[in-house]
Amino acid sequence: MCSYIVMKAALRDSSAKGSKGWMSVDTANVYYDHPFHAPLDHALGIDFINEAAGGRERVAVELSAESARELIKQIEAALANGEREHAIAVAANNTPVANCEYLT
Amino acid sequence: MAYEGLQTETAKFRGHNGDMSEGYFARPARSGKVGGIVVIHGAGGWDEWVCEVARKFAHHGFAAISPNFYVRFGEGSPDDVAARARPTGGASDAEVMGDVLGAAAFLRAQANVNGKIGVIGFCSGGRATYMAACTIPNLQAAVDCWGGSVVVNDPATLTPKRPVAPIDLSANITAPMLGLFGNDDMNPSRADVDKIEATLKRLGKSYEFHRYDGAGHNFLNYNGPGYRLQQAQDGWKRVMAFYGKHLSDPSGTR
Repeated sequence: MCSYIVMKAALRDSSAKGSKGWMSVDTANVYYDHPFHAPLDHALGIDFINEAAGGRERVAVELSAESARELIKQIEAALANGEREHAIAVAANNTPVANCEYLT
Repeated sequence: MAYEGLQTETAKFRGHNGDMSEGYFARPARSGKVGGIVVIHGAGGWDEWVCEVARKFAHHGFAAISPNFYVRFGEGSPDDVAARARPTGGASDAEVMGDVLGAAAFLRAQANVNGKIGVIGFCSGGRATYMAACTIPNLQAAVDCWGGSVVVNDPATLTPKRPVAPIDLSANITAPMLGLFGNDDMNPSRADVDKIEATLKRLGKSYEFHRYDGAGHNFLNYNGPGYRLQQAQDGWKRVMAFYGKHLSDPSGTR
């Protein structure tokens, strides 16, 4: 809406790959405005940048509102799956070896 | 058909606060004095389309300059520079008005410009156009193309870079104004355009509004989904006629 309203997400230990290869990113600028490339009046834009390094390079996406909401759901699902699997693996690692019959 | 030619280049001029600014400058190559037009880009930045608009005006017999209002955000592709500008709130009203003033002075300094200057802007550039009409003296014509946030419905959206609602400055307008709006637009909404028109009418200003059914935002720009052929054809015809009336010398533009 030509509003210049930008939500900033602080990122830690994060990277993005752009035209010049991988870079560390510390900020995601998130906005809903007129896109440059997506065939829409308005799109959800995300610019991944390294603000501490000046923020001149970015990895950008423009998503339809529907796609952005689907992405949010799948990010949440991927995190939930990953954390659940990770918890199972950690539990298995913490299981006493004597209880693992195939090792005896 | 007579020989037609254009000259185009990136030109340097002094803008806000004496800063060195730049603009895409296009003018007809033929002899004769012509009117000048400052083309004000929107939040998307100094992109290929606004430069094409400058060339279009040159083709129609005007000298036009499209300033890069994001010049203070460094170089790069228009979308990357705009992405850099966006989180900071973009160019401030003061910077844009100073740069428009500088661009108008640049045009007036050209030997083939007749001294009459118009402004045109799109989207947030339309807002800047309205503000220029309110704050820059000695403009001869202003064309607001779907300028958003001329009406500020929520004062909380005012920022240090955009501290006032342009509509509140309307009493200062001296130049005649042409407005092009799509009736499906959300910013400006129909109610916003009604309010602007009522304000100009109440103040006795010279204005001409055209409001198009079947069009929303950005309907002149064929690079986006908002483009509407018939509305764009009529809109450009209105723009050229308006500038022909207010900027041309009788023997100048066609």
